[in-house]
Amino acid sequence: MNVNKDLQNERNKCSFNVRELTEFIDGGKNRTLERKHIEKLILAQKDELFGGTPEDYLSHKEKYERAIQTNVIILKIVQDFMRDANGGDLTNYRDVLTTLLNFVVSREGTPFALHFMMFLPVFLSQADEEQQMEWLPRAWNCNIIGSYAQTELGHGTFIRGLETTATYDAATKEFVLHSPTVTSYKWWPGALGHTANYCVVVAQLHTKGQCHGIHSFIVQVRDEETHMPLAGIRVGEIGAKMGLNMINNGFIGFNHVRIPRRHLLMKHAQVLEDGTYVKSRNSKLNYGAMVFVRVVIVFDSVNYLSKAVTIATRFAAVRRQSQLKANEPECQIIDFLTQQHKLFIGIATCHALKMTATKLWDTFNEVQQQLRGGNLERLPELHALACCLKAVSTADTAALAEGGRRACGGHGYMRSSGLPQTCAVLDAACTFEGDNTVLLLQTARFLVKVWRGLDTLKLTPTVAYLRTTLTEGFNDKWENTVEGIIKGFQTVSMRKISECVSCMAKRIMSGMSQEEAWNMTSVQLVAAAESHCRVIIISYFHEEFVKVSSSFSPALRRVMKLLVELYTLYWALDKLQDLLKYTSISKTNTEQLQERYEDTLNALRPDAVGLVDAFDIMDEILQSTLGAYDGRVYERLMEEALKSPLNAEPVNRSFHQYLKPLMQGKL
Amino acid sequence: MTKTKINADLIKERSKCTFNITELTNLIDGGAHLTEERKKREEKVLKEGIHIDQVPSEYLSHKEKYELAIKKASLMFKLLRKWQEEENTGMENYRAVLGGALGSAILEDGSPLTLHYVMFIPTLMGQGTVEQQAYWIGRAFNVDIIGTYAQTELGHGTFVRGLETTATYDPKTKEFVLHSPSLTAYKWWPGGLAHTANYCIVMAQLYTAGKCHGIHAFIVQLRDEETHMPLPGIKVGEIGAKLGMNGTNNGFLGLEHVRIPREHMLMKNAKVLEDGTYVNSPSSKLTYGTMMFVRVVLVNDMCNYMAKAVTTATRYSAVRHQSQPKPDEPEPQILDYVTQQHKLFVGIASVHAFKLSANWLWNMYNNVTAELESGDMERLPELHALSCCLKAVSTADAAQCVERCRLACGGHGYMLSSNLPTSYGLVTAACTYEGENTVLLLQTARYLVKAWQQAAGASQLTPTVAYIRRVTSGRRAPPFDSSLTGLIDAFHTVAAGKIGLCVANIEKRQKEGLSYEDAWNMTSVQLTQASEAHCRAILLLTYHEQTEMQCKNASPELREVLSQLVDLYVVYWTLQCVGDLLRFTSISERDIERLQRWYEDLLSKLRPNAVGLVDAFDIRDEILHSALGAYDGRVYERLMEEALKSPLNAEPVNRSFHQYLKPLMQGKL
Repeated sequence: MNVNKDLQNERNKCSFNVRELTEFIDGGKNRTLERKHIEKLILAQKDELFGGTPEDYLSHKEKYERAIQTNVIILKIVQDFMRDANGGDLTNYRDVLTTLLNFVVSREGTPFALHFMMFLPVFLSQADEEQQMEWLPRAWNCNIIGSYAQTELGHGTFIRGLETTATYDAATKEFVLHSPTVTSYKWWPGALGHTANYCVVVAQLHTKGQCHGIHSFIVQVRDEETHMPLAGIRVGEIGAKMGLNMINNGFIGFNHVRIPRRHLLMKHAQVLEDGTYVKSRNSKLNYGAMVFVRVVIVFDSVNYLSKAVTIATRFAAVRRQSQLKANEPECQIIDFLTQQHKLFIGIATCHALKMTATKLWDTFNEVQQQLRGGNLERLPELHALACCLKAVSTADTAALAEGGRRACGGHGYMRSSGLPQTCAVLDAACTFEGDNTVLLLQTARFLVKVWRGLDTLKLTPTVAYLRTTLTEGFNDKWENTVEGIIKGFQTVSMRKISECVSCMAKRIMSGMSQEEAWNMTSVQLVAAAESHCRVIIISYFHEEFVKVSSSFSPALRRVMKLLVELYTLYWALDKLQDLLKYTSISKTNTEQLQERYEDTLNALRPDAVGLVDAFDIMDEILQSTLGAYDGRVYERLMEEALKSPLNAEPVNRSFHQYLKPLMQGKL
Repeated sequence: MTKTKINADLIKERSKCTFNITELTNLIDGGAHLTEERKKREEKVLKEGIHIDQVPSEYLSHKEKYELAIKKASLMFKLLRKWQEEENTGMENYRAVLGGALGSAILEDGSPLTLHYVMFIPTLMGQGTVEQQAYWIGRAFNVDIIGTYAQTELGHGTFVRGLETTATYDPKTKEFVLHSPSLTAYKWWPGGLAHTANYCIVMAQLYTAGKCHGIHAFIVQLRDEETHMPLPGIKVGEIGAKLGMNGTNNGFLGLEHVRIPREHMLMKNAKVLEDGTYVNSPSSKLTYGTMMFVRVVLVNDMCNYMAKAVTTATRYSAVRHQSQPKPDEPEPQILDYVTQQHKLFVGIASVHAFKLSANWLWNMYNNVTAELESGDMERLPELHALSCCLKAVSTADAAQCVERCRLACGGHGYMLSSNLPTSYGLVTAACTYEGENTVLLLQTARYLVKAWQQAAGASQLTPTVAYIRRVTSGRRAPPFDSSLTGLIDAFHTVAAGKIGLCVANIEKRQKEGLSYEDAWNMTSVQLTQASEAHCRAILLLTYHEQTEMQCKNASPELREVLSQLVDLYVVYWTLQCVGDLLRFTSISERDIERLQRWYEDLLSKLRPNAVGLVDAFDIRDEILHSALGAYDGRVYERLMEEALKSPLNAEPVNRSFHQYLKPLMQGKL
């Protein structure tokens, strides 16, 4: 391979073993080998997967057809591999899912995502054993393809407001599903447009004249042979979107559609044959699926961000622009501190969020064990944590990827860079699966509750710091260290929560209702929840690094330590206003922090390309003219441009039809 | 227009508006007669129906999108030309249909003919001699030829001196030979270049008599006027699909020893004589004019997109109901949530703030250039520095504003039928074109550092940086004044403090042994922040002062709401930048809490007028082009209507089912 000189030069000076970091990121040497094996299988079908006109030039409809064609191939590869590797064992379902998501080669998503991300997990968590036996094997083998329909055209976040009804008819032992209005149409579910033939539908359950709230039902949408929509079902796609145009989001409306009683998922609540409703043992059990999906979203966001920083960092090493000093050649733009400021935080963020999400996931699994023993103590805490972590990580990764895109100047605007599509995926995550503002307010609700019960409650681990910060002398002396900054953030979070609580109290005293006071304080509540999340991410990143670093070689330990420092310093400077307001940090301290931040950027500079190489994203998955391993940026930009169908003819027909008549005054 | 049924919530919002919406519209347009003119123009263009698509363009292939764009652009220019013959209204119609909101109604994702008017013709006027203008401009205006402007190369953007394309004078034939010596020298990006333009202004390094004289402009014919085939030696094509602006037909151009007559060099400022003698340009500063003009237009453009985005998001927030904070009450409009108001209202204020600031800068520039005749060029660098940071801050703020409005609409904002993603694509492009924002902020910083050094000496400071001396010579930390003007003063204190800190840091790094350039680079993150702080101070002050002037004759009701918007804008930014205030002023924790209350109070006060404020932008539905933002608020019906236009929905079963899905599900793949 002919590698760009500048990139080669960067690789030569990398101070650590890139492969060592790759294996750490993958979760062990075996995992890396496994991944590479799948990659080889994918490359064997390169022509089918990557040939033809690039997807960016296709019409909306052609894009969908391409998405089905390529993703069916990928699905087969991963499925076969999983079957061979662990005989279809679903115990570590997160691995199955993240493996699938890692290998999505269509840049606007896959219509099979929801089948694995929602349809199967919902069965795992809400179907009783018999239902699982009946449906899971078929779903896992893709004999049926499912979607999950909750959100309606007029209703999102507030699920109690959903309008779709499922009314039990004891005479026929069926439920009747119905969409009473246009706003009650299900709207958004991936694959629902033209792909899925089954769907889990969330609807208001009515039986014996009484409404029992939201429950999940399995509904057949299309005939298994002909794929035609079944009677009473109005289904289609919702139209073109900013990105993710290959996931086939759909709408569905029901006109008195009848389904058997056993199509209600009955693990937690049941309707007996006579229509008697048997209540769910514990409503909190549904938290499980939500925590799961949100952790998966964090991992997926990290995936996309690591693509974006790989592209932007390699491009910054290849691109030369302006003279730092007169009479010297134009320098690599990665030498500009402003460029390092835009990119390196992205690299650090990938590691910080991945470690945090992994830890949350492990904790969640422990808690699941306790759950079986009936101990529900930690569920609200984990739910609150998953909420804010989803919100903060999707917002951060979206902002940093967009920053990386802009850091590539105009070329980052080209779709052949892969950056616009990557940003669009990350942007979508800010509003799906719980709008970020709403999620932060959920976390805030939990924090306020904890704060109000601080003297009496037993504090769960992630909020234990709230009490520690109150100990005398905690905040007396500022220290410009990672530990010191973490303590500072803990103080900030504590003070913000406390301020929100007293602010609401004041408002209630002055005559506002509880709800109005909450609303008036909500901008601050959102900020408090974010602060709490920053505490968690920074301290988890730091703690996990300390834990695992003993197994690192000294060279890797050094560079990872720099990343932890960079991450901490970046956020300290970004949130300086909070630190200045609530902690004993001095002006001199802040200036020192700034200087240390600048020096840390410089210290990371020689390893920047090595750090993104360690994400080890193969060119066929990265799909970027600016980010390919060999750095042939300009050649690739031109090669991709020449693939545009417009360039196949020197003169487009519109010249003869419109332009020429216009110019000759004959139009 | 047929009378449509208007959403009940929107009717309610409009009935409780406290001020006269038309009065505000007139104020924004600059007078009732201008509003009327605009409305007439809009009606005249839109009644032609050029903007109506059978299949929305987002469903077309890339190539079909181009063909549709050419069709619409051609019909639009035919109309313009006819119109011009009838009533010859000067440049106004062109400006409105090209740069303005009206043009975006017809070509929502950019036009392949924009550069013809925005760059080709202005460059001919600015850099061509009288004879050259006589020869070219008539044909260009009449669209007998279509031109574009090629500067940026595949490997070279910001750093103009680094361009590689050469134009070498051959005195024997009295021609220039244009050449692209490498792949990175290919021109890359010019709109219309790919398959539309037949002429192009090419920026190239001028060589004559064995010497390089830097960058100059040349007119090159690209395609045959009859056949449209590229001429010999010309490699031209399109650069491919982009995030947005896919109607602009951006192209690449490689030149292989292409010969053009000597007269095709634009010679108003510098000349090459027949024998190859180079005659220098009288002043390079004269080109500031075009740049200033382009940036002011750009800021106004940003205001248009922000106005569209906040109109859409605000109306949608009035129509959308969600959640139940109080049991047993109906779901409230999401506009009632303070977090939602926090996302939207500052956007409304930003439109006014940037619009007034751009006008202010343009007027100041015109006053200053009037003095240019007398050779007074003292203020040009200052205004240039100002235009740099204003471009950077306005495009960055606009991108954030549009994106925030999009997110505030939840998932529906992700639909192209909301038009928010398309607006975002256009606005975010502006962050990197016409001068990349970081580079521009550093240019301003260079001026500010110089001003700081002047402040330390005795020389006079130009008006927009005079605050530096006022701050540095003032008392240390006077008691904090949290009135509106006190806050604006505080922003000046912050800006001066940041500039001072940068200067000190550069000096410190130099003392440690770094060269000035390296010390500058190590301080550059802080330097961009100092530039931004400078820009914020100017923006706040200008917005405040210009609103006071603008409101002199306004009704008390309107004056009240406009001054609430100014307050909101200033307090919002104070809270955003409170860390800076804590560092550089004597603001206290108590002050901050009071400001937070003030902010929340302002949101509540503006809440009843929110829909009225965006209605006053008076953006017709055809221009807004949004399922979520239309005047009648039929949000859900429109979303469904638009979805049903998707060609995928024309068939119940797509062919890929038989080809792939069914075999997959039946295990036969």
